[in-house]
Amino acid sequence: MKDFGDAFGLAFGLILQGDADLAEIVGLSLRVTLMAVAISCAIGFPVGAAAAIIRFPGRQGVIIAMNALMGLPPVVVGLLVYMLLSNAGPLGVLQLLYTPTAMIIAQCVLVTPIVAALTRQTIEDLAIEYDEQLRSLGVGVAGQAATLLWDARFSLLTTALAGFGRAIAEVGAVITVGGNIDHVTRVMTTAIAVETSKGNLGLALALGIILILLAMMVNGLVMTLRSQWMSRAYG
Amino acid sequence: MKHFFLGVLFGFVFLVAVALGGTTVWGADRFIIVQSTTSTQNSGLFDHILPPFEKTTGIEVRVVAVGTGQALKNARHGDGDVVLVHASAAEEAFVAEGWGVARHDVMFNDFILVGPAADPAAVMGMTDVVAALKKIADVNAAFLSRGDESGTHLKEQALWADAGVDVDAASGTWYRETGAGMGTTLNTATGMGAYTLTDRGTWISFNNKGAQETLVAGDKRLFNPYGVILVNPARHRRVRAADGQAFIDWLIGPVGQRAIADYRVGGQQLFFPSRRSSRPNS
Repeated sequence: MKDFGDAFGLAFGLILQGDADLAEIVGLSLRVTLMAVAISCAIGFPVGAAAAIIRFPGRQGVIIAMNALMGLPPVVVGLLVYMLLSNAGPLGVLQLLYTPTAMIIAQCVLVTPIVAALTRQTIEDLAIEYDEQLRSLGVGVAGQAATLLWDARFSLLTTALAGFGRAIAEVGAVITVGGNIDHVTRVMTTAIAVETSKGNLGLALALGIILILLAMMVNGLVMTLRSQWMSRAYG
Repeated sequence: MKHFFLGVLFGFVFLVAVALGGTTVWGADRFIIVQSTTSTQNSGLFDHILPPFEKTTGIEVRVVAVGTGQALKNARHGDGDVVLVHASAAEEAFVAEGWGVARHDVMFNDFILVGPAADPAAVMGMTDVVAALKKIADVNAAFLSRGDESGTHLKEQALWADAGVDVDAASGTWYRETGAGMGTTLNTATGMGAYTLTDRGTWISFNNKGAQETLVAGDKRLFNPYGVILVNPARHRRVRAADGQAFIDWLIGPVGQRAIADYRVGGQQLFFPSRRSSRPNS
């Protein structure tokens, strides 16, 4: 297929020209996804740490549920969030349907379980190592969680990146709650869906290549910051 | 240090959340939501006709492009101010049930039967679409259905009923339902070398035709009218009725009708205005 060669040419052409529409959808993709990941981490880190440290009845069930929810089908999440935010739904009064905020909400629902489940595993492994020390110091649950989260911070960056990967690549949920409205809620993945449905396979693939490059840039940036941070922390 | 770290993290999230809350309505603050079909969006029609309207009135038009069935369902939920779709019977039911204020004719084109150039059912050049569908069923040639209650799907089902073919019984054999939009279904048809029914607007602007060709056209049963309806503000009080009606008035008025007539892809006119007075002179 000659489409492959065309797609690479097209992708770099779009980047070099600084295409305004492309800049807009890339910007919105990043804005929505980074916001969703930040909120998911704010919820998922403490929840994951709590599930790792606190022993309570039904804990095993909670952990299984958290792990299972990592596989939430985006299209179902999209439908649920749509039903909540629709004018006929309970949260219709907020007028959030077909806005980027609705997309952030849907992505949070998808990403939070991933962050919480991976954090729980990381913190639990670390807690075994620190157990004696923390107990001898008589640190409370909140203090333990804070200590462990802080000491696991470099691993948790990878957890956040896993959430980022899920969110930036997702199409089923954001197309339902965002409506894929040009210049309002069109992001990289929904733009790829539109171009595919127009039969513009080369352009769709070019956008896909740009999306992958974007994910690589974000990951590269985080990894660079992480190594600088680590060398400062550990000398 | 660790408390500082957590404090900074939560502080950051809080600040961004506040910033976001302050800009809940992103973009223009005066807009309407139009629930429409993929054919009007994918053909590029909206990109052609909306900018002049938005410029004159200052009303931004946000188009959600889905199948006619889903567009009407979303509008029933109050998630749109105007619907622009193509399934007259479903549109009239929508108005009769009180969900819409009134239906206005906007424009029309026609449906066509496309399929592989090899044409195993030998329907090329036929003008009787029902007879053509019977031939496809007779030889069990692969036929793709939208299967999504879109305007095209409803038309296709009516044609099969006229042909007296029970397609539900054949589903999964030669009759295959994609449950997807027109573009996705056309991509699948190209990949499979299958027959399918499509609207001319989507077909002309579709860029992955492969070895697919227009085989049957010109039957009056393939008429494809588009209607526009204001969602009833008595049912959904959040409907932006004044701005929605302004868009409808513009669309069915002389300026909107001329803009529709002027839209061309590769020199071909895709949609024909319904109002006789504003037919193009050319």
